Amino acid sequence: MDIHEYQAKELLSGYGVPIPRGAVAYSPEQASYAASELGGWHWAVKAQIHSGARGKAGGIKLCTTYHEVQEAAQAMLGKTLVTQQTGPQGKVVQRVYIELAEKFERELYLGIVLDRKAERVRVIASAQGGMEIEEIADRSPDAILQIIVDPAVGLQPFQARELAFGLGLNLKQVSRAVAAIMGAYRAFRDLDATMVEINPLVVTGDDRVIALDAKMSFDDNGLFRHRDVAEMRDLSQEDPREAEASQDNLNYVGLDGDIGCIINGAGLAMATMDTIKYAGGNPANFLDVGGGASPERVAKAFKLVLSDAKVRAILVNIFAGINRCDWVAEGVVQAVHAIGIKVPLVVRLAGTNEREGRRIISESGLPIISTDTLAEAAHQAVAAARSQ
Amino acid sequence: MSILIDGKTPVIVLGFTGNKASFHAREMIAYGTCVVGGVTPGKGGQTHLDRPVFNTVKDAVRATGATTSIAFVPPAFAADSLMEAADAGLKLVCIITDGIPAQDMMRVKRYLMRYPKDRRTLLVGPNCAGVISAGKAMLGIMPGHIYKRGNVGIVSRSGTLGYEAAAQMNALGIGQTTSVGIGGDPINGSSFLDHLMLFEEDPETEAVVMIGEIGGPQEAEASKWVKENMTKPVIGYVAGLTAPKGRRMGHAGAIISSTGDTAAEKTQIMKSYGLTVAPSACELGSTVAEVLRKKPGQRTTG
Repeated sequence: MDIHEYQAKELLSGYGVPIPRGAVAYSPEQASYAASELGGWHWAVKAQIHSGARGKAGGIKLCTTYHEVQEAAQAMLGKTLVTQQTGPQGKVVQRVYIELAEKFERELYLGIVLDRKAERVRVIASAQGGMEIEEIADRSPDAILQIIVDPAVGLQPFQARELAFGLGLNLKQVSRAVAAIMGAYRAFRDLDATMVEINPLVVTGDDRVIALDAKMSFDDNGLFRHRDVAEMRDLSQEDPREAEASQDNLNYVGLDGDIGCIINGAGLAMATMDTIKYAGGNPANFLDVGGGASPERVAKAFKLVLSDAKVRAILVNIFAGINRCDWVAEGVVQAVHAIGIKVPLVVRLAGTNEREGRRIISESGLPIISTDTLAEAAHQAVAAARSQ
Repeated sequence: MSILIDGKTPVIVLGFTGNKASFHAREMIAYGTCVVGGVTPGKGGQTHLDRPVFNTVKDAVRATGATTSIAFVPPAFAADSLMEAADAGLKLVCIITDGIPAQDMMRVKRYLMRYPKDRRTLLVGPNCAGVISAGKAMLGIMPGHIYKRGNVGIVSRSGTLGYEAAAQMNALGIGQTTSVGIGGDPINGSSFLDHLMLFEEDPETEAVVMIGEIGGPQEAEASKWVKENMTKPVIGYVAGLTAPKGRRMGHAGAIISSTGDTAAEKTQIMKSYGLTVAPSACELGSTVAEVLRKKPGQRTTG
């Protein structure tokens, strides 16, 4: 799960990471009021969307009057912002963050990630902040400093110090950077994060070290023990169909093709999508209905897939383990009756009670194309979508 | 032979008295697995499915001589239960649970390092279908009847895609020694590599199918080892060619987030290390058959 910049800053600040003073606003009036409350002479108005690279897309504006703040907020709120990371559909700005603009002398990079290869937490720092880490890695891989953390004892101050000295900071700055690094790590560990990125972490003329931007992502599997973090979820930043699916405990990811997919198991779902592509078609979605594909779940899955207007055929591929094909077949037949599916439907049932399942489909009298193998199912679905 | 388990391996079930655990324990017993008891803290002394229940894993091991276990423990308590199992000296623990926080698994794996290699628990899973040695024993939640005895090993991140591979092989008369589901989480108890090593040592296994997916460095690491050490042919496949970048595809670990994570890259890496890669998921069986045909002196069915 991702959260907004202002939420990440609020969390990090609670762990002792210094942040500029700021306030969130939902309207232009609130924005200018926030600026007057914050005081000062320079403010940054920042569009809150779940994406980096906002600056280049016009999502960050420096202002010197309350009026400018109001205008900047007006220009951003309700607009769809397309950045390098959002994809062409972009993300709608519903909140802006007004922040006291800080003068700084250096921009550093600080990142904390879950490293799958090391199976440990990795802390990454660079003296060349302000650009994407991938860009830093490309341009000057030597400028990247890294520490692997032993999960038994956690990040140690000497490791943070190593990073801070490696960044070329002076003594005063080092002790403040160490506090920021240690705080960011504790936030990562305590809140079951998968990523903390402070980019840039700036150093001011008076030796303060401040998180100017912040991003955090969380392990969905850890949210059950962090209700406060779970409540920060902003459904407006997610694909509406995916958000709806997650409410029903279905895993759905929308794609660009025209063949809707309903499959049990994530691996089989991906493999079925690939097989559709291999057969010359394009999948419209990833959808894992899970192990217990009950009639209710199957019906919900059909509704979800059909809410995508691009869908011209549906492929159901179930390899029944714990559940039984006859049960799934009944669910499919019921769903077709209840929803009234207008596009061709290809069903492939395999595993436990597959014969019985196939019999139920063929005896239902519905125009369902029943197939035995994955290859046949993909070909039939591609042919059916083309004929539409 | 087979790897990890056979009909004689004494198994205890962790979280024994829960609904899911009871259902699958019954299935495992019916398949021929030697289930000798189980653990549910607070229910020690009771009998469940005609087998004794213990309060602690140590008690269960002491009383039954179990070497292996399958865990059906809710995500919040899973890490604790796995460390308890490791501390009790179990050789193999298969953890089915989906939804364990990644940092918990990180700590579990660090905990396992306390024990010298010859006494270290091998963990399979989490978020997996388990292990089955065809016709002998099942330590998992798969439909046992789809596996037929034979000479090909399967190791797969996905459960259902592993079933698909077995079904395609059966249709061509090719059976399996053991099938292992290593699970779809970002941090697995054991990797492709751990199981390829075991298959390499198993005299009955003549070839291995390795079914990967997007995300993580495991497939590459295993493929490199195959090239350098494995004498038996390995047939590879990677699901997720059509998966978009940065999106989680069902499994917690199935996400393209860095270089080498895509299916296309992994397929290329497998090929560069000499693996035969099935061109699509519907050609898993036929690709295995082709590799076996080219292999001198092989038997296929069982």
